[in-house]
Amino acid sequence: MRPFVYNRASDPTTALNMLSGKPNAKFLAGGTNLLDLMKEDVERPAELVDISGLALTTIKTITSGPNQGGVSIGGLGKNTDAANHPLIRQQYPLLTQAILAGASGQIRNMATNGGNLLQRTRCPYFYEVSMPCNKREPGTGCGALEGINRLHAIFGWSEKCVAVYPSDMAVALAALDAIVKVRNVGGQERAIAFADFHRLPGDTPHQDTNLAPGELITAIELPPSKLADKAYYLKVRDRASYAFALLSVAVGLEMAGNRITQVRIAMGGVAHKPWRALTAEKMLVGKEATEANVRLAAEAEMAAAKPLEHNKFKVELGKRSIVLALQTALNGVG
Amino acid sequence: MDENEVPELSDDEKKLFEDLMPEDLNDILDTGVNRRHFLKLMSLAGSGLLAAQSAVAEQLFTKPIGLPTSAELAPASVENGVNVAFKVNGAARKLLVDSRMTLLDTLRERLELTGSKKGCDHGQCGACTVILNGQRVLSCLTLAASCEGKTVQTIEGLAQGSGSTVRLHPVQEAFLKHDGFQCGFCTPGQICSAVALIDEAKRGDASYVTADVRKKAAPLQLSTEEIRERMSGNLCRCGAYANIVAAVQEVQHGKPVEQTFRFSA
Repeated sequence: MRPFVYNRASDPTTALNMLSGKPNAKFLAGGTNLLDLMKEDVERPAELVDISGLALTTIKTITSGPNQGGVSIGGLGKNTDAANHPLIRQQYPLLTQAILAGASGQIRNMATNGGNLLQRTRCPYFYEVSMPCNKREPGTGCGALEGINRLHAIFGWSEKCVAVYPSDMAVALAALDAIVKVRNVGGQERAIAFADFHRLPGDTPHQDTNLAPGELITAIELPPSKLADKAYYLKVRDRASYAFALLSVAVGLEMAGNRITQVRIAMGGVAHKPWRALTAEKMLVGKEATEANVRLAAEAEMAAAKPLEHNKFKVELGKRSIVLALQTALNGVG
Repeated sequence: MDENEVPELSDDEKKLFEDLMPEDLNDILDTGVNRRHFLKLMSLAGSGLLAAQSAVAEQLFTKPIGLPTSAELAPASVENGVNVAFKVNGAARKLLVDSRMTLLDTLRERLELTGSKKGCDHGQCGACTVILNGQRVLSCLTLAASCEGKTVQTIEGLAQGSGSTVRLHPVQEAFLKHDGFQCGFCTPGQICSAVALIDEAKRGDASYVTADVRKKAAPLQLSTEEIRERMSGNLCRCGAYANIVAAVQEVQHGKPVEQTFRFSA
């Protein structure tokens, strides 16, 4: 690992000031991804500002504003604590399931909620510094496009990058229409709709998100939700646990009898960001929750997929996974 | 122990083997304590015979658990040094560390606590698992600098007492009884992970295989499926998983679980 200066921040203002004007400095929170990437020589910060001790860990009901009645999750709280908080388990079981589907007990105890959103792709070409990668080194090309791309994108990719975004938690947050609250060094706060937080690769795959340099994620807000009764996170992977998703599906429904009044479907492992299955959602709203309707919606959604040489299986897998996730949610979990 | 190295047993140890395993004594004196002898001893330990038999036996087992005798080792060089004070297995430690130093390397290279193992060094195997402020974490992805004021518990800190009065942690006992290891390299991480897991279940924490996360119950009694899921961050290349699960289940349920293995004749 290359040498770096380590500094510890005690509050958000100090942290933002410590990072200000230093393009080679980075925040360190849980470190589960950043330290690994530093060992691999993919990340080469000259300075780390340790923000793991900031008091941005509270999980609480939102009492005013547009998301009143929803829940706010501190950006520096641990994944384990978010997954197991009674407010989250009761009102957003989809988020609990998705967090618990990711990584291992040890890693969830370390990883923070804000950090989870900022983790980098696990594309092997991104990790291997001897390979070309536009995300790691813009302009060098994409090794995966014509390489081994079994794990890669089927939606929204570009000639510059076919990597997928790895988080499970974020797939549930996409389905729940979460809002990311950020603060800059001037103390200004802004709210980023979850759909706008992560980016498609386009010509700038080195930019994973729309977070501006020097901004700090202070909280993730969940609007009030009526999806808790019918929600399920399905994760398909190469081994039963402790592996990144080949493909995952987060679903939540609100029903009136057997009619679907509201439905959210988001997919992981298929694109450079959590992929909202908007086509399928539109087809299902107002319809009876029959197997035929669910299947039609899944097929329509996956019809737009553009698989690569080695990941054609993800198209059929996506169809079946959407159907299975919806059926499991409809039948009630447990 | 080197494979070809003939062990130097103390007189007490010779006496112990003579008492317990007279048929194997010559073998042991010639070629050392092999896996078969060790397992035999373990089965005696599991049945409680050994403890009653000899205090020397306990010492034999607990030798690797001894606390470091020397002060911490000096580093060859330190860049971007960070002063850090934290507690390790109950003892206050103050060190100047290179900012790049992981908690794992600090434990192993500076504090002579080599129980925590470096398997992959990339957060993929769990061999480096320690308990930090009561939570299991990966010490290979934790900077020592970030441990200021924290409390670390490693495999060396799980047993109570020392020397002839040492009492193993129930999870350590259960791993011995169930033969929850083959080469033993992943074992310290497995045991630390299991110790913390048992606390998580006591609190009622959910897992991905929990049927309904909205139903909160505590304490939980974990099924085999739950234990496998919750221990999935600890890989065992030897594949001792069935025995590891049995060991964790025994402690978690608080009642004996039948051994999944048998000795050959």
